[in-house]
Amino acid sequence: MQEVKNRALALLKDGTVKRVLGWRIGENTYDPEPAFFESEEDMQTFVYNNFCAANLSKYMIEASKLEGKTLVCLKPCDSYSFNQLLSEHRVDREKTYIIGVGCKGKLSIENVKRAGVKGILSVNDTDPLQVETLYGNTEVSYKAAMLDRCHVCKGKEHVVYDELIGESEDTSTADRFAQVQMIEAMSPAEKFAFFQKELSKCIRCNACRNVCPACSCRKCVFDSDKFDSAQKANVDSFEEKMFHIIRAFHVAGRCTDCGECSRVCPQGIPLHLFNRKFIKDINTLYGEYQAGADAEARGPLTSFTADDAEPSVVAEGGTK
Amino acid sequence: MQRIGVFVCHCGSNIAATVDVKKVAEMARLEPGVVFADDYQYMCSEAGQAKIGAAIKEYNLTGLVVCSCSPRMHEATFRKCAERYGLNPYMVEIANIREHCSWIHKDMEEATQKAVILARAAIAKVNLNAPLQAGESRVTKRALVIGGGIAGIQTALDIADAGYEVDIVEKTPSIGGRMSQLDKTFPTLDCSACILTPKMVDAAGHEKIKIYTYSEVEKVSGFVGDFTVDIRKKARSVDEAKCTGCGVCQEKCPSKKTPSEFNRGLNNRSAIYTPFAQAIPNVPVIDREACIKFKTGKCGVCEKVCQAGAINYAQEDEIITEKYGAIVVATGFDTIKLDKYDEYAYSQSKDVITSLELERIMNAAGPTKGHLERLSDGKAPKEIVFVQCVGSRCSDERGKPYCSKICCMYTAKHAMLIRDKYPDVNVTVFYIDVRTPGKNFDEFYRRAVEEYGVNYIKGQVGKVAPQPDGSLLVQGSDLIDNKQIKIKADMVVLATAIEPNQGVRNIATMLTASIDTNNFLTEAHPKLRPVESPTAGVFLSGVCQGPKDIPETVSQAGAAAVKVIGLLAKDKLTTNPCTAQADELLCNGCSNCAKVCPYGAITYETRQVNDHGIREDRRIAVVNKALCQGCGACTVTCPSGAMDLQGFSNRQLIAEVDAICR
Amino acid sequence: MSVNQEFRPKIVAFCCNWCSYAGADLAGSSRLSYPADVKIIRVPCSCRVNPMFILRAFEKGADGVILCGCHPGDCHYSTGNYYARRRMTLLFSMLDFMGVENGRTRVEWVSAAEGVKFSTVMNDFVEKIRSLGENVRLGDLRCKK
Repeated sequence: MQEVKNRALALLKDGTVKRVLGWRIGENTYDPEPAFFESEEDMQTFVYNNFCAANLSKYMIEASKLEGKTLVCLKPCDSYSFNQLLSEHRVDREKTYIIGVGCKGKLSIENVKRAGVKGILSVNDTDPLQVETLYGNTEVSYKAAMLDRCHVCKGKEHVVYDELIGESEDTSTADRFAQVQMIEAMSPAEKFAFFQKELSKCIRCNACRNVCPACSCRKCVFDSDKFDSAQKANVDSFEEKMFHIIRAFHVAGRCTDCGECSRVCPQGIPLHLFNRKFIKDINTLYGEYQAGADAEARGPLTSFTADDAEPSVVAEGGTK
Repeated sequence: MQRIGVFVCHCGSNIAATVDVKKVAEMARLEPGVVFADDYQYMCSEAGQAKIGAAIKEYNLTGLVVCSCSPRMHEATFRKCAERYGLNPYMVEIANIREHCSWIHKDMEEATQKAVILARAAIAKVNLNAPLQAGESRVTKRALVIGGGIAGIQTALDIADAGYEVDIVEKTPSIGGRMSQLDKTFPTLDCSACILTPKMVDAAGHEKIKIYTYSEVEKVSGFVGDFTVDIRKKARSVDEAKCTGCGVCQEKCPSKKTPSEFNRGLNNRSAIYTPFAQAIPNVPVIDREACIKFKTGKCGVCEKVCQAGAINYAQEDEIITEKYGAIVVATGFDTIKLDKYDEYAYSQSKDVITSLELERIMNAAGPTKGHLERLSDGKAPKEIVFVQCVGSRCSDERGKPYCSKICCMYTAKHAMLIRDKYPDVNVTVFYIDVRTPGKNFDEFYRRAVEEYGVNYIKGQVGKVAPQPDGSLLVQGSDLIDNKQIKIKADMVVLATAIEPNQGVRNIATMLTASIDTNNFLTEAHPKLRPVESPTAGVFLSGVCQGPKDIPETVSQAGAAAVKVIGLLAKDKLTTNPCTAQADELLCNGCSNCAKVCPYGAITYETRQVNDHGIREDRRIAVVNKALCQGCGACTVTCPSGAMDLQGFSNRQLIAEVDAICR
Repeated sequence: MSVNQEFRPKIVAFCCNWCSYAGADLAGSSRLSYPADVKIIRVPCSCRVNPMFILRAFEKGADGVILCGCHPGDCHYSTGNYYARRRMTLLFSMLDFMGVENGRTRVEWVSAAEGVKFSTVMNDFVEKIRSLGENVRLGDLRCKK
């Protein structure tokens, strides 16, 4: 997407923005990483390809404190996160220039590997993907290589932007809550075994916390002495469970379901399931709610109705 | 480290019979921070308190745990005791080993074990207690009453009689409100104006009362004891100081085609007008929408005829800023719009009217000079049908789910008055239930049925159809005889549901007073604090809080006044120190805490903070200590734990949990 | 299911100051007994109870946690229990989702006049926890070796 790069460069040059927040090309096509660009020279390494999955909205918290405007590239789903941050006064709209970049589903190298491809040397981001491996060339279908979250895409519309470049596509094909429902259908013992297995992988690297746009406290409760919970999290596996429940609870009603937590987890824990379970419950019990869709909306945990369901609804199976 | 003293009370045998108090004291001595523990017969007695005092001195105690009865019983006693002996009163915690232990358990060992754990939890908490200081804030000794109906007038009079300044803000050109539109009042049938106008005059003449009519509250800031309010005094175009109220301008005004608000649009008024003859102040206003001078620049008749030279076309809106210690909302009600009730043909026939319109028709100063006549042809009706519960107790969204409360009684009043004055007129009332719980109310209703022969039918009206001959065919059901009824009526009167006045939502928002789904203002407690809003310093009077008749409104107005007087009588307000507080280094400024605060106590300010050497401007939550009541809703909404509640802090509660589960 | 009669569960009851704590006081003054396993923590309002407190109790070995507040509509602070209700519903649902027996957590609305209800609720809750036995699931995770 040369167009995004050209436009960003133009806005940088004419002084509209002081810096550009985008992706820097990595060693390979498939590992671009978020980066700030402040000069034309910097911009040489700017890239926007189908592997640019990272949600950049959270970086705008720090960028909003800097002098001058920052240009940020947001995909449709990222714009929800930005909007949510906006509603919580964490980012400064005045200091942001948003290019809504087109997205037709982002790719994951992990999924290419999952498709059975070994010894990857290089890969392009075309449809289908052309993969060069130690064992010769092969192809992987775009859909198979797409991030899991893109199969439950929120749609092609940006909810906030200054200008749009490139076309987007709604890539949703799967039921967003299918996985959650599958777990809900399990017996308590099976559920417990499932989560015990998944959460025992957690190494408390905090990648999920660091990437999450909703989990953006200046200082996390798990790092402060306010709850006497600091510095214990990594020694006790109960705390691991508690950490993930509390983390999910703290973002409940604010999580846009961007799926970054699961994408960055080095252990492959499906962390988004916690968030999605809360979203499903909120939708079922309190009415459909999409965090970030409307920066003025009141979240489900900061509102109520007099005839809300009682907590006993859980025991009655009403949240299944 | 704290130096804690633990005092285990026997409460005679109330505790000591089931709990081994010596053992509790002994176990308490082993807890961290405890430097002294003892038991005594009656800790709350003078001797018991002296024992505590002696221990404070001797052991240099910094905190106390009293293992005794419920804190709801004696927490205040022991706090005062601590204060008397030089300890901060908030350094006291109670372990409830009576109501929650000795009184409900029989086994001594079991009860003792539990008492030890409860003591342990209280000790763990006190270890984290910090001295708290009750704050003080000043009180402006002046009250604002929003709304100049009977509720507002009565509240203002009661406050003023106690010697405090009161301002009434009324948005229409005159005080008087709905009551001034009524003809007679139930259940005594005395004339509404005869009992209301003296009160209006009293209010206008009272040296402590200032009345701003044709004015609206525009902005409110501050908090209990110290509100600052902007009042917009709309341009009257008439100088109040000069006008003599002679009325010539109204007579001569050539623009006379504006529906009279006071007469519910049943007749017209001039562009320069006073709503009714007894208006207070008796100074007209120019309706600039209707005035030819304002519309075309030509006319000026009123200016020419006014001998006092009071007309001032150039007058502008004025903003008055005033300080108040308390604010009373008395914004009253209106009847609902009937556009969704086509079946009653209200918009099709002039002879289908609301009960409030009937009040105007029956009033000697009304559009028909008090003669009961059809508005379509001026003929005297012979058959009148009253329909109850139009839009009240309604299950769909056309109407209101609540009972409007006053309709059963005023319909009985109307029926009775009509039968009394026009015995040849047949009166039928369709009702769902007749609700008459009030002093002399049911007797009144029974008189309507028994003495005046009003025909009450339990059932609903399905349709009112205007006939070619000008009559109205009323089709209804009689639920008792289980049959359909058709009545050829000359007039149909709809007991239209009442709803809070338009604009009350806006006022509630300005006051951060909570409001329910029906737009009624919420009281602080539905049973125990019915005239106070949850927002400190804001009080409720009249129908803005819920449907009421006049006697109830007047009693509530008096009650609200008493609450205001109680507040204004204080020179300073002591604030509860157990309030929320945000840690500026942890606060994200995300605004979620303010959203759940029922008191509007949280605001945000941008402040420079020094976060371990990094100086930056941050948006930080600020809790107004005078408004915060200490519920703690904000503390849980806050994801970072920046918001904490003094006296019930996160660490204190977690320490209790840990102590219990240990 | 075999019920271990010897098993004495640890139960933490959070009670709001205005209704449920007073309800517990009334149960006491009416001598309406319930098992000593229940230990009450006084909070100003049910909305003061952070899900972290509940998880903390489980972490420290509680077998059951119950939260009692004013009946919806009767909150001393008018809206606190409505927020508590949503929070607890979601938290309990999550615990259930993770395979923790949903009987271990409960919310009950108990007014200051409902001493009988308070005692009944506590008897019932203790019985439920006794039938569920020790909190093995959360316990398991607590002492991974």
